[in-house]
Amino acid sequence: MKANELDQIRSVIKTNKRADLIFALAGFLALMVGVMAFITLFGEMVANGWERINPDFFTSFPSRRAANAGILSAWVGSLLVMLVTALSAIPLGIAAGVYLEEYAPKNWMTDLIEINVTNLAGVPSIVYGLLALGVFVYTFGFGQSILTAGLTLGLLILPVVIVSTREALRAIPIHIREGAYGVGATQWQVVSDHLVPYATPGIMTGVIIGMSRAIGETAPIITIGALTFIAFLPPSPVTDTVPFLNFEWLFSGFTVMPIQMFNWTSRPEEAFQQNAAAAGLILVLMTLMMNAIAIWLRYRLRKSISW
Amino acid sequence: MNSMQTTTVVSDRLARNVQRNIRERAIETILFGAALVSVLTTVGIVWVLVSESLNFFDHVPFGDFLTDTMWTPLFSEPHYGILPLLMGTITTSLVALVVAIPLGTVIAAYLSEFASARVREIVKPFLELLGGIPTIVYGYFALTVVTPLLQAIYPDLPGFSMLSAGLVMGIAIVPYISSLTEDAMRAVPMSLREGAYGMGSTRFQTAIRVVIPAALSGVLSAYILGISRAVGETMIVAVAAGMQPNFTMDPTEPAQTISAYIVQVALGDLPHGSIGYQSIFAAGLSLMLMTLLFNILGHVIRRRYREAY
Repeated sequence: MKANELDQIRSVIKTNKRADLIFALAGFLALMVGVMAFITLFGEMVANGWERINPDFFTSFPSRRAANAGILSAWVGSLLVMLVTALSAIPLGIAAGVYLEEYAPKNWMTDLIEINVTNLAGVPSIVYGLLALGVFVYTFGFGQSILTAGLTLGLLILPVVIVSTREALRAIPIHIREGAYGVGATQWQVVSDHLVPYATPGIMTGVIIGMSRAIGETAPIITIGALTFIAFLPPSPVTDTVPFLNFEWLFSGFTVMPIQMFNWTSRPEEAFQQNAAAAGLILVLMTLMMNAIAIWLRYRLRKSISW
Repeated sequence: MNSMQTTTVVSDRLARNVQRNIRERAIETILFGAALVSVLTTVGIVWVLVSESLNFFDHVPFGDFLTDTMWTPLFSEPHYGILPLLMGTITTSLVALVVAIPLGTVIAAYLSEFASARVREIVKPFLELLGGIPTIVYGYFALTVVTPLLQAIYPDLPGFSMLSAGLVMGIAIVPYISSLTEDAMRAVPMSLREGAYGMGSTRFQTAIRVVIPAALSGVLSAYILGISRAVGETMIVAVAAGMQPNFTMDPTEPAQTISAYIVQVALGDLPHGSIGYQSIFAAGLSLMLMTLLFNILGHVIRRRYREAY
């Protein structure tokens, strides 16, 4: 091999290695764009909203004067809506996931349900709002209430819960099932005594991710016609007379954190923008915390798993 | 005597078996009912959108809906042309994709082919957190940070613009595209990469010429799901792109998207059954059909171009 051919090969290798380096750098830079966006987003909200975050902010109703306005009705509303969402989506999602993974026969009905779950995950959230407006608000007559909002978000996160339930069940080895059947368990006993308990951490991960998505959803709640200015609290779910539970709150008007933030964001005054920043900061911290718990759960699950 | 006893025991057991079977079947039926809720949701969505849209098209000729270049259903002299809203949706989505597809792809290739396991362990959860931020917060970010920043570079930019909303929407979609793309790339068998390395390829060459082509179906369907997400995205555009329907594809102008129109109407106080009320369902149906089209396209591509190893 001649010396100049060797040189040529060397220069080709050099160029290729440079391309390699440049691409790795590009990848790193692309990541930095994401990191920077996150830091500016977070930093801006802290810089703008930090001074508004004090105990009064959590215990005051919204007000026409920005300095007096707070998020009391918003966080209470979010909490109650999330309660309805959790109570509807978790049992339904787990039941549907168990059916599809453990019971469903291989036929067109099962195929239909599976395709349907996949497609529902791709439906824009605002379309769920229209569904709720047409069905829950006007056909069922639930009105623009906490119940409507909670059920809407429940349907919205249902695919997430179903998919995570199925994945968690699929990860359980077949010999667990065979062992249980071998000692005479029925299918339901296998499911309720073995599969669902073992799948719980995986299901929880999906549930938390779904809930963190639901708590930040704005569009479907606006679409059902939730008011943006609410200066009262829903009736308390717990009373001091028998039977101690009160379900009037389900049909109460409400507002939630993201709607309160939207309301403040769309006002031109600087002072309301500060409130928006503060509300946004709390909202982001809430979703970050939920996501972090989900990620941690999954991490632990992966480490501690041994069948 | 002895045989009598045996019979009772057996029949007792059978009776318990019958009970047990009934209970098992009942439980199975309940679980099936839960699975059916998802189908009912779809039926509900289609029924609501189609029935209200039919009412809408009783008043509005279908031709006008598709060809009129003005959308002013709430004015005294209403026009019902979906085109301005459609152009707003397409323009903001295009801006978002110009940001999200290159960034998402490069991040995915970096994570899947270049990064060490430790970097991946840190970056992936971070991207997930980024993807979990509520879109209203991104909308606030677009309005208060990105728009002023863009105005510093380009002073003529109005306070609401499709450019600003689209850019932020792009950032919001990056985690989505990068995670799906990375999944597709990591599903490519190691032997293909080893073959390429064995021939003397660098990581970059392997990524571009072997891994991406092999993962093409997954990568393309990730893009398409990203598109359908951009099309349906609501709060960022509602906050940062403005609320005026605008028959233009110039990203430096304000415009309303289909989803933002629904928000605008829902914020007001339109009576149930009015034409304005029906118009949001017609808008919703258009939106739904667009995303459905992209979702189906995604499925087709995944099937068609799937490489089996």
